[in-house]
Amino acid sequence: MNLTLKVWRQKNNNTRGKFVTYQANGISPDMSFLEMLDVVNEELVRKGDDPIHFDHDCREGICGMCSLYINGRPHGPKQLTTTCQLHMRSFHDGQTIVIEPWRASAFPVIKDLAVDRTAFDRIQQAGGYVNINTGGVPDANGIPIPKVVADEAFESATCIGCGACVAACKNSSAMLFVSAKISQYALLPQGQTERYSRAQAMVDQMDAEGFGSCTNTGACEAECPVGIKLTNIARMNREYLTAKLFKEEEVH
Amino acid sequence: MAEKWSKHKFNLKLVNPANKRKYTIIVVGTGLAGSSAAASLAELGYNVKAFCYQDSPRRAHSIAAQGGINAAKNYQNDGDSVYRLFYDTVKGGDYRSREANVHRLAEVSVNIIDQCVAQGVPFAREYGGLLDNRSFGGAQVSRTFYARGQTGQQLLLGAYSALNRQIHKGTVKMYNRHEMLDLVTIDGHARGIITRDMVTGAIESHEGHAVLLCTGGYGNVFFLSTNAMGCNVTAAWRAHKRGAFFANPCYTQIHPTCIPVTGDHQSKLTLMSESLRNDGRVWVPKTVELSQKLRKGEIKIADIKEEDRDYYLERKYPSFGNLVPRDVASRNAKEVVDEGRGVGASGVAVFLDFEDAIKRLGEDAVRAKYGNLFDMYYQITDENPYKQPMRIYPAVHYTMGGVWVDYNLMTTVPGLYALGECNFSDHGANRLGASALMQGLADGYFVIPYTVGDYLAGLGFAPVDKNHPSFEKTRKEVEERVQRLLSLKGTKTVDDIHKKLGHIMWEYCGMARNEAGLIKAKGLIRELRQEFWDDVTVLGENEEMNQSLEKAGRVADFLELGELMVDDALNRRESCGGHFREESQTEEGEAKRDDENFSYVSAWEYQGTDQPEVLHKEPLEFEYVKLTQRSYK
Repeated sequence: MNLTLKVWRQKNNNTRGKFVTYQANGISPDMSFLEMLDVVNEELVRKGDDPIHFDHDCREGICGMCSLYINGRPHGPKQLTTTCQLHMRSFHDGQTIVIEPWRASAFPVIKDLAVDRTAFDRIQQAGGYVNINTGGVPDANGIPIPKVVADEAFESATCIGCGACVAACKNSSAMLFVSAKISQYALLPQGQTERYSRAQAMVDQMDAEGFGSCTNTGACEAECPVGIKLTNIARMNREYLTAKLFKEEEVH
Repeated sequence: MAEKWSKHKFNLKLVNPANKRKYTIIVVGTGLAGSSAAASLAELGYNVKAFCYQDSPRRAHSIAAQGGINAAKNYQNDGDSVYRLFYDTVKGGDYRSREANVHRLAEVSVNIIDQCVAQGVPFAREYGGLLDNRSFGGAQVSRTFYARGQTGQQLLLGAYSALNRQIHKGTVKMYNRHEMLDLVTIDGHARGIITRDMVTGAIESHEGHAVLLCTGGYGNVFFLSTNAMGCNVTAAWRAHKRGAFFANPCYTQIHPTCIPVTGDHQSKLTLMSESLRNDGRVWVPKTVELSQKLRKGEIKIADIKEEDRDYYLERKYPSFGNLVPRDVASRNAKEVVDEGRGVGASGVAVFLDFEDAIKRLGEDAVRAKYGNLFDMYYQITDENPYKQPMRIYPAVHYTMGGVWVDYNLMTTVPGLYALGECNFSDHGANRLGASALMQGLADGYFVIPYTVGDYLAGLGFAPVDKNHPSFEKTRKEVEERVQRLLSLKGTKTVDDIHKKLGHIMWEYCGMARNEAGLIKAKGLIRELRQEFWDDVTVLGENEEMNQSLEKAGRVADFLELGELMVDDALNRRESCGGHFREESQTEEGEAKRDDENFSYVSAWEYQGTDQPEVLHKEPLEFEYVKLTQRSYK
């Protein structure tokens, strides 16, 4: 396959970026999208040009480090697929592919296609945990959890924190990401003691980071590579409203 | 032995709670070992600085572990116990691990599950609400806890949550996108590290009373492996060059169930959890002729009659069948492929077939168990594993060797510790499935919080002298090395060299090794190292995000480590676990140990550039487990 790539190049956060056009020739349909970029980069390096920088690590679809806005969609055209698991057989010979970084003011560009997602870490740090120390916990089977509840909590817990939901949203809202963690703990008995303080703390941090609000377009759910459901946002809203109206506690 | 850890804990010195805040501990890496150690130490009151090269601690490659985590809970009432887990692990490691370390691992395994459940890790459950278990990787009891095919992800996110809690409290200072480039020692003690900020390029010194390396394994020396792209040996190798012995580097695990290589463009290999072997049956055609016809497309898989299929694992190992340990399964796959009976376009693969399981359990039940793995396979290969057998082949997956540590997990450099895959201590010559997660969390949650105090209590309370000339000297050396790499303007890319190194290692120091091959490999690696420094090109500058520079530094270290792996493999003229020396096999072609001459840990001491390393032998004594030739027949 021969392809034309229009790639966003930006030296750093202080300089203006621009699209640069590259040719990717002799691409095999069995290559992953990132392997295709590896091929382009090897050519660039041989010519003495700075390779295209992008974030990636596990290349198994689980670490959440790869990003890329491909032809106007986070992680490209395939549903339930991260960029690293997207293969070139999803494209056709002669196609033009536009590659951009995540676009959100809360995710500033570091270089080319790599962005700073530490805002996500700070939201998790605000309350995405159960306040227990190592040791002194009950026997694991001392906390029975109905299978259906455990399974639903698991579905929420599978979020990989890639940021596609933010990139997909016209408001750059992070509510799908935040609600997944709030849901996981709201469902499980382990999360009950801090259920309402957690919802407040995480939502407050989300707002402080400059993420937008949710207007229920559902783009986040449609683009999420691991299928996190919109019902998580509904649950988060319930948790947050209950906390604000009836259970407001001091956020620690 | 059952009391050894309890007694040892009692004898370890303690640091008074009020004094703990006077100590700073540096934790490098935030996988299961690093995150759990950083969180647990901060909870105790120490100041912790944690470092990771990824954009977030949650990305560490522990996240990709699929199958599960072992614990001797005996929830299934099937005869499991701490002693049995200990015994299985020592045997599985082919009697090349320390008894006491393994027993401790088995002991604390039960605490890990309790801890993770309390954190809200959503393990698989039965309808009654209690935890579910499965049998895994050669174990004859069901002791593996799992969270669908994403156990590593859920455990890491649990440890990450504990780490986040401490970051929020200010007891852990987290440094994302920072790579450790050297260790600083003062009077022989580890007192800090030099890092590069991967966004700004700033070369920084960080001081601490102790340094914990939780930096994973070195499988990427093979270029193609199931490791993440960024996994590297640099932190461990730099520490080695500052005096930490490197133990058993030739022990690498080649995992039997990975998706086969498709072409030269391949950047990494993807593992299919070996839990698949619980229901999948491994086979190849009985004859070379059938296999060739299949590869050419003259016949279809369905055309091969049942009697023409060789379920070779079931045939050769009736009692373990498809569940033989990883090293045995991998070697047998290589054997049938070498005979010319492989499948797939390249002929370098075997089938893993679910037809019987789907008939027996129904497609829905199979989907519930392995759905995400089947989806992943479908996505990568464009073949539907519900309709046709998977093609699998072994790939480099885990490294049992690593930085040498004592019972306290301290290296030969006082104050420097190694945890998780980074150390060598618990898996001997072969790691059993679902034991890596167990070891990472055991070290981080339940070993290091006790043992590090013993060292710190003897230090006094003085802060580390930031102005000591060692910091300046080491930082200068790192800067010079970075400049030297940036000055390389040859014709080869770093990946060109890395791929060549991978080929050499896979060919001569992979699933089977022999003396002539290893000697040849040693020469080839030396030539390649020369080629790297003469003819590689590294672009850009230091003061920016520079992935060329990052890669170059890592590959330069792999080029040195590769030679040590070959030296170690040459020295060990026996077969054990993942290390198969063709000169040492039984009549049936199984690995043959030589306990008389090789029942020791090889610990290598660095002597300087291009100097042969010195081998120290730590004898292994077995008081409880009787050494036998492993048999899974």
